[in-house]
Amino acid sequence: MDNILVDLTAAMLRIATPILLAAIGETYAERAGILNLGIEGTLFFGAFVGFYVADVTGSLWIGLLVAIISGLLSGLLMALLSVTLGVNQHVSGLGITLLMTGLALFGFRLQYGGRTTPPSIEAFPQLSPFGDLPVFGTIFEQYLLTYLTFFVVVPLAWWLLYRTSFGLNIRAAGENPEAVDAAGVNVFRTRYIALIIGGGLMAAGGAFLSLAQLGAFTHGIVSGRGWVAIAIVIFGNWDPLRVMAGALIFGGTFALQLRLQAMGLQLPVPYETFLALPYVVTIIALVIAGRNASYPAALLKPYKRE
Amino acid sequence: MAKREAKYIVEKTQTPPVWARTAIPLLALIGTFIITSGLILWSNANPFEAYYYFLFAPFSSRVSTLEVLVKGTPLILCGIAVTFAFSAGYYNIGAEGQLYAGAIAAAWLGVALTGLPTILHLTIMLLGGFLFGVAWALIPALLKVKLAVDEVVTTLLLNSVMLYIVSALLNGPWRDPESGWPQSPEIAPSAMLPKLVPRSRLHFGFILAILFVLLLWFLRSRTGFGLKMRAVGMSKPAARFAGVNIERTVLISALVSGGIAGIAGVVEVAGIQFHLIDALSPGYGYTGIIIATLGGLHPIGVAVAALFFGLIDTGAQTVSRALGVPVYLGEITQATMLLVTLGMLLLQNYRIRRA
Repeated sequence: MDNILVDLTAAMLRIATPILLAAIGETYAERAGILNLGIEGTLFFGAFVGFYVADVTGSLWIGLLVAIISGLLSGLLMALLSVTLGVNQHVSGLGITLLMTGLALFGFRLQYGGRTTPPSIEAFPQLSPFGDLPVFGTIFEQYLLTYLTFFVVVPLAWWLLYRTSFGLNIRAAGENPEAVDAAGVNVFRTRYIALIIGGGLMAAGGAFLSLAQLGAFTHGIVSGRGWVAIAIVIFGNWDPLRVMAGALIFGGTFALQLRLQAMGLQLPVPYETFLALPYVVTIIALVIAGRNASYPAALLKPYKRE
Repeated sequence: MAKREAKYIVEKTQTPPVWARTAIPLLALIGTFIITSGLILWSNANPFEAYYYFLFAPFSSRVSTLEVLVKGTPLILCGIAVTFAFSAGYYNIGAEGQLYAGAIAAAWLGVALTGLPTILHLTIMLLGGFLFGVAWALIPALLKVKLAVDEVVTTLLLNSVMLYIVSALLNGPWRDPESGWPQSPEIAPSAMLPKLVPRSRLHFGFILAILFVLLLWFLRSRTGFGLKMRAVGMSKPAARFAGVNIERTVLISALVSGGIAGIAGVVEVAGIQFHLIDALSPGYGYTGIIIATLGGLHPIGVAVAALFFGLIDTGAQTVSRALGVPVYLGEITQATMLLVTLGMLLLQNYRIRRA
């Protein structure tokens, strides 16, 4: 039983990593007042471009870097549409998801089209700081990116948002852009920066899937993880630490579901129940919060300067 | 050297010129093709040749011309479904899930009922699909109207839930017992939509789609409800001031929207696949949002945009077969066109005049 719990915990952290990266990226965007539905496509494109560049250059790090750059550009495009042009956020976001998904599939077919087996690369190795030690040995056997996500990306996001004037500007741009503007802060620039940082994190999450977790790229590599991230951001009340908790709960449920399926246990409910759970729980959370849900007040509202 | 004075200035205008309404889609199309030609060159193909295959080759044979209408059918229905909700200011992102809800009803009623005349069987299936779509749209609609829970997020998340329901059905009780494939048993012959043209895939669903276009057009421009719907969509406070029951209007629009999306699911099961499969829709519900936007939330515009997207989907397959350009060029073209058009729509609010 000990072993199973240890394995599950290790798997939970691994599965939570890409979702957490994407969810923190979405948190930046939504805190600044922009719902970025380009998240699913940005993850997918990040996964593809990271894989492709790593395959061509032979360097996983260059792959990761280029993936992050692609995410920054995706965030920039979202900003151009939703901030500068003031287009409907859900329409422009879905457009970006469609575009980036199409681009990734196009590139993949062009570069790897003829193959019968999915191409793969040697993925990032897992670090093993505690060696063969029981419990710690397995749980801490994780990718460097997982460590960076939990110990750098999340705390940094929390510190930036709550302890710096830059973070205050982001939060205020999502709550009351008029007041921010009146205080002499550039709302447009603040939202641009938040979206660009967010896009980079989303693409890093996608690249984690192809460069670390799988060491390959497949059509189903992202399969809705972007939408899970959206749910987790709301569940986590737009607070990086609570978002982290949400990602861990999701990772744990997912790991448990995989484990049960692998053991071939006959469950009274189909295993899909576990997969649908995060969405249902988020909707219930929204219902409970009801009118008091602490949505950033200016979310979905383009800011226009008169 | 004397400083040159600016001869032209750009200023904001409240009244976009009439020519912009027709010029913008054309300009957007040209812009889209310029942008996507880079990808065609990357695939070692000639862009001009590719555009010929893309836009004109589908009309060179009877089969592929009809295929444009076949592909356009679910797109028209989803576009109309989304338009219905968006017109009332209810942002239903959930057409994809509602489509699958309708498809579940069709796959169930198509197998469970036997020995019925075709007309009766199909009517029951269409009604069932409509109701299943309504039922799936009911949760987020009630949450919006009663608790002010934002519908963009709830409808989006329910799409994923619906995909897992479909997966659970196909991997569980509905798994094909003979082949073991995750697909539901074939529906009865009386549950299949009749073909409009022999030896083609074009089926009665296309007529149904056109009927819904006309229905929306009539409702919007000729009935009191249509007026209320648009009033709510334009400005809730103004509509409230005019005595419109906003909750009721939004609720009805949201539910009808879900029902029409459900019909799209029925049509795909009863007209094309004859089974429920998890790949029934390659994202028609999401594409419907893009089509509704490009069609300017006007029924005729939506129908034109949907058929054009059907042409792009067909053309992308032609280009792929003829020149080896990956078929995903279709998706990219659709997305680029949306983004370019959105950008241009805002430009029409500006004009250039002599200083």
